[in-house]
Amino acid sequence: MGNRIELFARNDEKEMDIAWCPGCGNFSILNILKAALSEMEEITPENMVLVSGIGQAAKIPHYFRTNTFNGLHGRSLPVAQMIKAVNPELHVISESGEGDMYGEGGNHFIHAIRRNPDITNLVHDNMIYGLTKGQASPTTQKGTVTPVQINGVFLEQFNPIATAITMGATFVARASSGDPAQTKEIIKKAIRHKGYALVDILQPCVTFNKINTYKWFKENSYYLDENYNSENKMKALEIAFNTEKLALGIIYKNEDKKAFHEQLTIYKENKEPLFKRKHNIKELESFINSKI
Amino acid sequence: MNKNFKENISVVLSGEAGQGIQTIENLLTRILKDDGFNVFATKEYMSRIRGGSNSTEIRVGKDAVRSHSSNIDILIPLTKESVEHLKDTISSETIIIADMKNLKIDYSNAVDVPFFDIAKEIGNRIYSNIVAAGTILALFSTEKEIIYSRMKKIFAKKPELIDKNIEAVNRGYEIGEKIKNSGIIKIEIEKNSKIKDNILINGSEAVALGAMAGGCDSVFSYPMTPGTGVLLSLAQYSKSFGILVEQAEDEIAAINMAIGGWYAGARSMVTTSGGGFALMEEGVSLSGMIETPVVIHIAQRPGPATGLPTRTAQEDLNLALYSGHGEFPRAIYAPGNLEQALKLSRIAFETADEYQIPVFILTDQYFVDSYYNIEKTDLSEVRNENRITETREDYKRYILTENGISPRGIPGYGKGLVIVDSDEHDEYGHLTENLDIRIKMNDKRLSKLDLLRKNALEPEILGDDDYKNLIVCWGSNYETLKESLKNLKNTKTAMIHFPQLYPLNYDFKKYFEKAEKIISVENNAMGQFSNLLKLELDAEIHERILKYDGTPFSAEELTERIKKAI
Repeated sequence: MGNRIELFARNDEKEMDIAWCPGCGNFSILNILKAALSEMEEITPENMVLVSGIGQAAKIPHYFRTNTFNGLHGRSLPVAQMIKAVNPELHVISESGEGDMYGEGGNHFIHAIRRNPDITNLVHDNMIYGLTKGQASPTTQKGTVTPVQINGVFLEQFNPIATAITMGATFVARASSGDPAQTKEIIKKAIRHKGYALVDILQPCVTFNKINTYKWFKENSYYLDENYNSENKMKALEIAFNTEKLALGIIYKNEDKKAFHEQLTIYKENKEPLFKRKHNIKELESFINSKI
Repeated sequence: MNKNFKENISVVLSGEAGQGIQTIENLLTRILKDDGFNVFATKEYMSRIRGGSNSTEIRVGKDAVRSHSSNIDILIPLTKESVEHLKDTISSETIIIADMKNLKIDYSNAVDVPFFDIAKEIGNRIYSNIVAAGTILALFSTEKEIIYSRMKKIFAKKPELIDKNIEAVNRGYEIGEKIKNSGIIKIEIEKNSKIKDNILINGSEAVALGAMAGGCDSVFSYPMTPGTGVLLSLAQYSKSFGILVEQAEDEIAAINMAIGGWYAGARSMVTTSGGGFALMEEGVSLSGMIETPVVIHIAQRPGPATGLPTRTAQEDLNLALYSGHGEFPRAIYAPGNLEQALKLSRIAFETADEYQIPVFILTDQYFVDSYYNIEKTDLSEVRNENRITETREDYKRYILTENGISPRGIPGYGKGLVIVDSDEHDEYGHLTENLDIRIKMNDKRLSKLDLLRKNALEPEILGDDDYKNLIVCWGSNYETLKESLKNLKNTKTAMIHFPQLYPLNYDFKKYFEKAEKIISVENNAMGQFSNLLKLELDAEIHERILKYDGTPFSAEELTERIKKAI
C-alpha cells in the first residue's frame, strides 16, 4: 500500500514550485486525496481524471500525477460530467474552491446535481477568496470585513449542503482539512458512491481569513455520531440548516438513484465508451437517402 | 385575371401561429415533390406560439428553385391580418384564394372559397388548412393516389386523424378542379419523374446530418432560435445513431461540456444563435488554448441583444471571427446550400480534429428554415479518420512539432497521462510562467494557422469566365445570387462564393485582380465579410449591397440592386 501513494506523486515533486502559502489547508487536502486514492486499488493515475477550475484550490492537479483538465473558472462541473458521460470507465473528480464551484459555477453546481453524474465533487471551502487576495466568497460569514466589503459582508451565506440536498444530491458530506484520517474515509466513500457526491471540505486560509482559523473550525464543528441515519432527507436538511455548529461526516445519501450515464440511451445496448465505437457511414448514407 | 404558369409559381400560405401553416408546408412540398416537381419552401414567423402572422412560401419550378421570391402568384390567407401583414409583397398580379366572407377580405383579384365552412362541415375549423392544401394540389393536377400515399406516411403515428384529413383534402380538391376548369389559374409546369426520388430536407437537418457524417457523437445546447433546429434533428436521430444529446443549463455549460467530450474522445458540437454564442466565447478561447477541438454551429439572426429572434441576418461573422480572448487559430465555414451544409458540417469535424481548434459553421435563420429537393448523397469517400493517439508512458500532450500539431491522446487510452491546462503550459500540459516556453507555445498554436490557410477551401466562381464585374457573397446568399445572375443575363459578370470564410489562402487574391468592379452582397449593415476580404486579401470592394431588415434577399430584389450597382 505504501508505494501506491508514490503512483500519484509527480516525479519532480521535490522541485515543484507550489503556489500555496505555508500552512495552507490545500497541502493537507492534497495529501489526504493522495492517501485516499492510494488505498483504492481500482483507481490508477491513468484511469482517473482530475478536473478543476481556477483559484488556489484548482491548482491541485498540477501537484498530482494523473490525467488533468484544468479548465476555466467555475466550469469544472460541465467538463467533468461529460468526460464521465462519454467514457464511464474513467473515475472523475471535479475539484476546486468554493468561489469557483458555488460562485462563478453556481448554475452548473445546481444543474450538475440534478443530473446525478457519477463524479466526485470536492470543494475546498475556506470562506474567502485567496488568489485575488481576500474578498468575500459565497460562504463568507456575515460581518466579515474585507478590502471590498469594507462595512462587513451582509449577504446571506451560501449553504452548499442544504442546496445540494434540496437539488436531489445523492451523497452530501462535510469534512475538515484539519482531520486527515476521517476526511480520507469520507472522500473514499464519496468516490465509491455511484452518483454525484459532494464533499465540502472546511479549510482555513492562513493569509486572508483571520476569523475561520484551524481553532475556529475545531470549535465550531462536530462529527455526526455513528448511529446517525444519513438516509433521512428531512433530518439531513435540519442538520444542514444548523450553521451555528457545522456537522462533519456524511450528512445525506441515497443509493437508489441511477447515475446520469446509466440513463443514457447510448449505453442501453452498448457499454463501450464513445471513442471505441465506429461510425457506420454506410448506414448513415442510406438514412440520409431515405429522407425522400 | 386568367393566369398561366409554365416556368415556376410561388404560392404563399399565411395565418396565425397555431393554424397549422407548417403542417401544410410539409404536406404540400412533399406531395409536390412526389409528383415530380422541384420545390422550395421557406417560412417567416413571429416570436410567439399563438397569434401573430406567419407565412410560408412554396415555390415550384420546372428547373430547380432554391431561393426566396418576393413575388406572390397565389396567396391563401387564413386570417385577415395576414393579408395586411403581406401587403407590401402582394401585387396586382397576385391571386388571392380565400374564404372572403368569413375573413371579411375585399380584394378584386380573388377567388372565394369557403374554407372555414367546409372545415366546419367536416367537423372542425382546424381542417381549413388541409382543405386549402387540397385546392392547391388540384391546381397542380396531382393525382390523388400520390396525395393519399404521402398523407398516410405523415399521419402514420396518428391514424385516427387520417380519415378526416383525407376528407378535407378531397373537399378542397373538388374546388381546386373547378378553379382549374374555369381557366382562372392554369399550371402547366413540366414535371420530372426523377425528382420524386430526391431527398427533401431543410438547412437544420443538413447541418445535423453533415455533422453525423463527420462523426458527431454528442451535442450540447441551450435552446435558442434559430439554432435549435440542429439540436432537434440530432435528438431525433440520436437513438438510431448513438448520439449523446444533452440540454445544458446555459450556453457556458454547453461549450464546456462539448470540450470535455472531445477531451475524453467524443466528437462534440454545440448549436446556438448569436446571443447564445456570446456566452460561449470563453469556451472558444479555452479550446484554442488547450488545443482541444470543438465544433460550433451558429444560426444567425439580427441583433444586437435579443434583436429579431425569428428573422434572418449575417451579422455574426465578426463575433465568430474575433470571439475569445487571446490569439489562436480557428476556421469558419458557411454553407451556401444544402449540399454544402452536408459537406461542410462534416469537414468542420475533420478540421477540428486535425488541427485541434475551434471550428465554426455559420448559417442563418433563412438557411436553416428553408428546404428544397436535392439529389441523393454519396458518402462512399468519407473515411472519418480517427486521429486519437494511443499514449505512451511519458506522453507529452503539447510536444513541440514542426507544424504545431501534437498527437492528441485521451485519458484512459494508453499508458500516458493527458494533462491540459487553460493556463500557459509546458509540453506536459502543466502550468508555467516560464516566458520562453510561453513564446514557444504561442508560436506552436499560431503556426497551425499557416497550415489552415494553405489548405483553405477554394471559393466557387460562376458566370462569365471573362468577367469584368465580380459579385462576392457568402452563406445563404449563394443560391439567391445564382438566380439573380441568371435573371441578369449580363455578360462579363461572375459571382464568387466562399464556403470557407476564414482563414483565406492569400492566393485567392487572384480572383479579384482581374475584376474591374467588385460588388459584395451581405445580410448585414457593415459589410463584415467585405471588410475581412480587405484585411485578408487586400481586395477592394467597390460597391456593397447590404440588407439588414431581418428578411433575406429575394432573387428579384437582388437582381434590381445589382443592375443599379453595375
